Amino acid sequence: MTLLRGLVALAVVAFATVLQVSLFPHFAWDGIVPNLALLVVVGAALVRGPQFAATLGFVAGVLIDLAPPADHIAGRWALALVIVGYLAGRARQDIRPTAVVTVLTVAAASFVGSSIFALSGLLLRDPVVGVSDMLEVILVAVVWDVLLTPFVLPPVMLLFRRLEPAQVAY
Amino acid sequence: MEQRWKGSDGREKGNRPSGSVVVALLLACATLITLDAHGGQDSPIEPARRVAGEAFGPVETFTAGVVRPFAAVPDYFGTRKDLREQVSELEAENAELRRTVETSGLDRNRLAEYDGLTRAAADTGYDLVPAHVIAVGSGQSFSHTVTIDAGTDSGLHADMTVLSNDGLVGRVIRVTRTTATVLLIVDADSVVGGRLASSMEIGFLGGRGIIDSTGRLDLDLMDDSVVANAGDVVTTWGSKDGTPYVAGVPIGRVVSVINSPRETSRRAVIEPFVDFTALDLVGVVVPTGSSSDRDVVRAGQGED
Repeated sequence: MTLLRGLVALAVVAFATVLQVSLFPHFAWDGIVPNLALLVVVGAALVRGPQFAATLGFVAGVLIDLAPPADHIAGRWALALVIVGYLAGRARQDIRPTAVVTVLTVAAASFVGSSIFALSGLLLRDPVVGVSDMLEVILVAVVWDVLLTPFVLPPVMLLFRRLEPAQVAY
Repeated sequence: MEQRWKGSDGREKGNRPSGSVVVALLLACATLITLDAHGGQDSPIEPARRVAGEAFGPVETFTAGVVRPFAAVPDYFGTRKDLREQVSELEAENAELRRTVETSGLDRNRLAEYDGLTRAAADTGYDLVPAHVIAVGSGQSFSHTVTIDAGTDSGLHADMTVLSNDGLVGRVIRVTRTTATVLLIVDADSVVGGRLASSMEIGFLGGRGIIDSTGRLDLDLMDDSVVANAGDVVTTWGSKDGTPYVAGVPIGRVVSVINSPRETSRRAVIEPFVDFTALDLVGVVVPTGSSSDRDVVRAGQGED
């Protein structure tokens, strides 16, 4: 059962990664697309907590880093999504998150995730892009992620709630 | 009571992780980054990338195939006025392009003459493997790459020129069996040897790493006494054996020239002919006579 759960989670992030590169470029704003994998990780964090979300974040990040057409240094998105998963998981409350809380968490997570990725690029001198350009890209990405939240987070959170081990059932 | 205690224990366990898992994950990330950052071209991550490419390639091809018909839907809703405007715009563009083609044809012929002088067996024609763009790297990753649906099966390998019918697109950096990753010329890592069509002067074109509505490139001319004029067409200057870039492919047009006393060379800003936000059908330049699993556009077919 644990294996099955893991496989479903893997399938969800893989699907998100593919949509991100193959579907959303048609709607992209200056090449910036919603970060679906990050949304899935935040959804997992809000339902399952930091440990699960950090692990899922690592898997999702590695997929983004390796699946074509990625060409940046591998491990950068993994690092960003591990931290996002952990922080979002720590921020969750015991009660079910309200819509506002969810949107705020997504906005913060998107900002933190893209920023960590951009900063790691600055440190590693991976792409040489100005800080102002980076900031613009990050802010557009936040807007995109927030816009997609109502469509992505509810089904993702429902799925992870269904996948949750039986211990919370009583 | 017993149950509740157990329950809260279990919850605690899921809720507050031993930080060790997170620390292990962070270390794994650091290891990945270190391995890949110091490896360069033959980094140990490369096989993993290849495996991921083999796995994701067909999925991306399938998804792009499903999405493509729907991407055309917004074009159905055009008013008469829009269409008329579009027609006149296209007519103007067409005339301009024709002029460009004529001049670049002249340069190409001239270049072919030089080639003939210097090289015994000058190969003037290129064969093209047609391919569709199936995946586009996200803007948040700050690197501008796309995946196309042709790979080693179609005769592709790394360091091949990719172009569209507008001009130069980029070069192949990585291939799998069914897909290839293309580094666009607007990427900050991309450097292309360029030649001004008007004066035959050469220089290097570097990407700025941003795709606005107009992706721009910077051209540094080797000879600082030469002035590039707005409107000059820049073509590739070509490398040895045509890898990674073959000669004579139009890249873009000079839109402005920046003069700064600090820099020894003059920098011209180039607007590429290719619209990088709407890439679809591209061609990959392959050596003449190479075998492929699809119909290859052969050079000089019309003349036979």
